Amino acid sequence: MASRDTMDAGFGGDILMSHTSQLDKLINLARTNSLHYLLFGLACCGIELMQTGGPRADLDRFGAVFRASPRQSDFMIVAGTLTYKMAERCKLLYDQMAEPKYVISMGSCANCGGLFQLAYSVCKGVDKVIPVDVYVPGCPPRPEALTEGFLRLQELVSRERWKDKTRRVVPADAKISRIA
Amino acid sequence: MTVNEIHEKLKAEFGDAVGPLSEPKIDPFAVVKADRIVDVARFLKAAPGLELDHCNDLTGLDWPKRNVIEVVYHLFSYGHRHGIVLKVEADRANPVVPSVTGVWKAANWLERECYDMFGVVFAGHPDLRRVLLPDDWQGFPLRKDYQEHGGYHGITNERENPLVELRRLDEKHRAENPRPAPPPAAAAPPAPSTPPAPPAAKA
Repeated sequence: MASRDTMDAGFGGDILMSHTSQLDKLINLARTNSLHYLLFGLACCGIELMQTGGPRADLDRFGAVFRASPRQSDFMIVAGTLTYKMAERCKLLYDQMAEPKYVISMGSCANCGGLFQLAYSVCKGVDKVIPVDVYVPGCPPRPEALTEGFLRLQELVSRERWKDKTRRVVPADAKISRIA
Repeated sequence: MTVNEIHEKLKAEFGDAVGPLSEPKIDPFAVVKADRIVDVARFLKAAPGLELDHCNDLTGLDWPKRNVIEVVYHLFSYGHRHGIVLKVEADRANPVVPSVTGVWKAANWLERECYDMFGVVFAGHPDLRRVLLPDDWQGFPLRKDYQEHGGYHGITNERENPLVELRRLDEKHRAENPRPAPPPAAAAPPAPSTPPAPPAAKA
């Protein structure tokens, strides 16, 4: 991709330069080509998510099938507007996923609240409750755009090292919130 | 049956508990006194020519200047294909309206929504609690004087402009990880100060 040559060695640049051993490459080959996602279609982006899984822009050819349960999924595509009521459940589902887990935030509403900046009940962005790895802009993003986001996630996964098993280290003094 | 005829039947039965029909428009409405709304509802559902068996919608309107909250009932009959709109005015300080869930089951959730958004308490409702917003939400959003509380359960409702946020994060990252200086060129050609000579074979 042309953008990769001109990409600044800032965000993600240090990950780009990391060294993966042969064992890491083998493990990551298996991991990147079987990323199962938790179906989390909330609003209109959910329709585009379904179409991205559909025949024309097929996500299944990358090995990504949807799972209904967070216990069986590797990552979560938050597709649609997140309300405060749903944000707590979203955090609950994210906590139920097993490490290593990733999040793709799909659409403007999940990225930053989107169209509903003045709404009283909309959470302005899913990254207020869970950490996000890939943001896919659009309203809704075309299936090709979501596929691009998924490929970026695959690149992210393929650069990981087995010895850094938990990517996100929770600090010792973090307040873990429990819902219900 | 037209709306006027339905209204005539209502007036014949209930007298001055039913107000006059509004001006002719797509959905003319009549204002009904709050304490008689359940009787009016039962009559409208059961009367032989009327049989308004479907409650299409049940919403509210907030009029702070008139100091009322109106509850609007959109009623329709599947058999006869006619309908009417009724309005009930409730006092804004303490809005209590008798519930019509005994007449139309659809009014159950519609009244819960009206309570959720306006705070209208429906007396006799079997399960009056919030339906759209979280159960411990403070305030009634569709009232005209509703103020947001700045978030919910610790999630703030403010968000920095993403362009500003990303620039700030970018600059912070660059400050923490300075780029290494480029290696000095071994034989750097001097930059030409004059533009290159035109080709000799120029006509």
